[in-house]
Amino acid sequence: MTTKTPPVPRSQSRPRKGGWESQWVGLLFVLPFMLGLTVFFIGPILAVPIMSLFEWVLPRLPEWTGLGNYTRMTTDREVTHSVWITVLFVVMLVPTNIILALGLALLLNIKTRAAGFFRMALFSPVVVPLVAWALVWRFVLQPDFGLVNVLLGKLGIQGPNWLYEAPWALIAVVICLVIEHVGMNMLIFLGALQNVPAEVHEAAKIDGANSRQIFFKVTLPLMSPTVFLTVIVTIIGALKSFAPIYVLTGGNDAASVLMVQMWKQGFKYFDFGYASALSWLIFLAMLTLTFLQWQLRKRWVFYES
Amino acid sequence: MNLDFPRLRLLSSSMYYLVMIVLAIPFLFPTLWMLTASLKSDQEIFQNPLALIPQSISWDNFTRIFHDYPFAAQYVNSVYIAVVVTALTLIIGALAGYGFARLNFPGKDLMFILCLSAMMLPSEALSIPQFALFKFLGINNTHLPIILLQIFGGTGALAVFMMRQHFLTLPRELDEAALMDGLDRWGIFWRIMLPLARPVLVAVGIFAFLNSWNDYFNPLVYLNSSEQYTLPLGLQTFTDPLGGVFWNLTLAASTLSTLPLLLAFLVAQKQFVQSMVGSSVKG
Repeated sequence: MTTKTPPVPRSQSRPRKGGWESQWVGLLFVLPFMLGLTVFFIGPILAVPIMSLFEWVLPRLPEWTGLGNYTRMTTDREVTHSVWITVLFVVMLVPTNIILALGLALLLNIKTRAAGFFRMALFSPVVVPLVAWALVWRFVLQPDFGLVNVLLGKLGIQGPNWLYEAPWALIAVVICLVIEHVGMNMLIFLGALQNVPAEVHEAAKIDGANSRQIFFKVTLPLMSPTVFLTVIVTIIGALKSFAPIYVLTGGNDAASVLMVQMWKQGFKYFDFGYASALSWLIFLAMLTLTFLQWQLRKRWVFYES
Repeated sequence: MNLDFPRLRLLSSSMYYLVMIVLAIPFLFPTLWMLTASLKSDQEIFQNPLALIPQSISWDNFTRIFHDYPFAAQYVNSVYIAVVVTALTLIIGALAGYGFARLNFPGKDLMFILCLSAMMLPSEALSIPQFALFKFLGINNTHLPIILLQIFGGTGALAVFMMRQHFLTLPRELDEAALMDGLDRWGIFWRIMLPLARPVLVAVGIFAFLNSWNDYFNPLVYLNSSEQYTLPLGLQTFTDPLGGVFWNLTLAASTLSTLPLLLAFLVAQKQFVQSMVGSSVKG
């Protein structure tokens, strides 16, 4: 078959943007979502800093107080305590989650016949509803007849009142949450691990690298963009945890992170202005941590290019 | 591909299994224990908390939660809210995802950045103005705020993002060929793009359903009668007037709130895992 004149390339017959088709069509597609987002999300985001400048305790009317709520925070023992608890919580939860997830991913990456079963077992808590999971833990950690203290009793140890005593309450919450959620990060790391090309390892081995060197100098750098994203998402998730902490501890001081404190001020005392100021504090913490991560990322995140 | 870590290789395979089994215990035990403890009688649950297998199986707890408490109504509430949230999230998210991926319009970049910020920021920290807004609209104490906040909060934004990422991967020629054939944008979306997006729709659907099923904060803020409660709140209502918890009833109810998800997970494990992980890694 002889070739005739080549067909006109597609790009030449393509109609110019905004020609026959209105440039507004796209807007119609995103409109339902953007309308809802504006009313229920962006509006409230703008309202939070404004509301935080008022003293507004229901059912009274709001009254201008300027930075009053913020100065009140600095002397409020309950709030400064919450800030401290939140820092501890994030510092305990995030590294535990990430390191455990990495370790489990490495173990699961060894191909065995039961790999599928173990992967499923370690992931399964992700599927259990958060509140059901937290309730089971609350029962297991009951001071008198809870499983853990009964077991400790058999060993002759008087177990603490896990969910009400510092520092046990925070430790218990962290353990409960890490086991519930680590499966997600584990699977993400497993995926990243399996994307590391085998030749790279071969090459490193031929050059005489030992297993630790291969992991820290080759595998981990190749996975670092994934680890970076996971760390950010895990920090944000930690800062917004509310349900499991509230269900486990009922919001007592031993584990009252900022989110719990905000809920207390807003929906227990109906101190809306003050609660808004606390919301703003949570936002700022998140933005700061994400920004810091972003800056530090140049130090350790490795991008192949 | 198999990672070649000599030290890990040194672990004999029986050692490996031992380590894995010990590691799996804290992951599996709470769920297993919840399932079996929910079959224990009032006395047994306190007398012998260590026993994983109940001495006598009593289905009593399950009949009691339906008889003596509005648990059936709470179950229905959770199911219908999750179904409505999932359906609307899929439709609205797919529409917006297609718009962001394939079409140009004024303000697109700004809108997409707003969408991303909604994905990252915690909607819980917006609850004060949201509460004031719903109070102003007069729909507090209904299910409406819970549904709306799921669809247009973080979950909805995540859905839009995931749909956009997917539509970006489909070849442009598809749209163009369809345009040539005389389909309009709506027709392309509905007849070509949506059927091709089935894997992402499943992933988004799983996310939306789970997030709605797990939502605790919003029902806690907006609902105040136990007939209106969804499961996460309902699970905490099995108490005597002094606040003592009927643990066997609580665990039976928890079992019933977990079982459908667990069964779905066991049946469609691969799909579940792939959709959750695939969507979060793509970025």
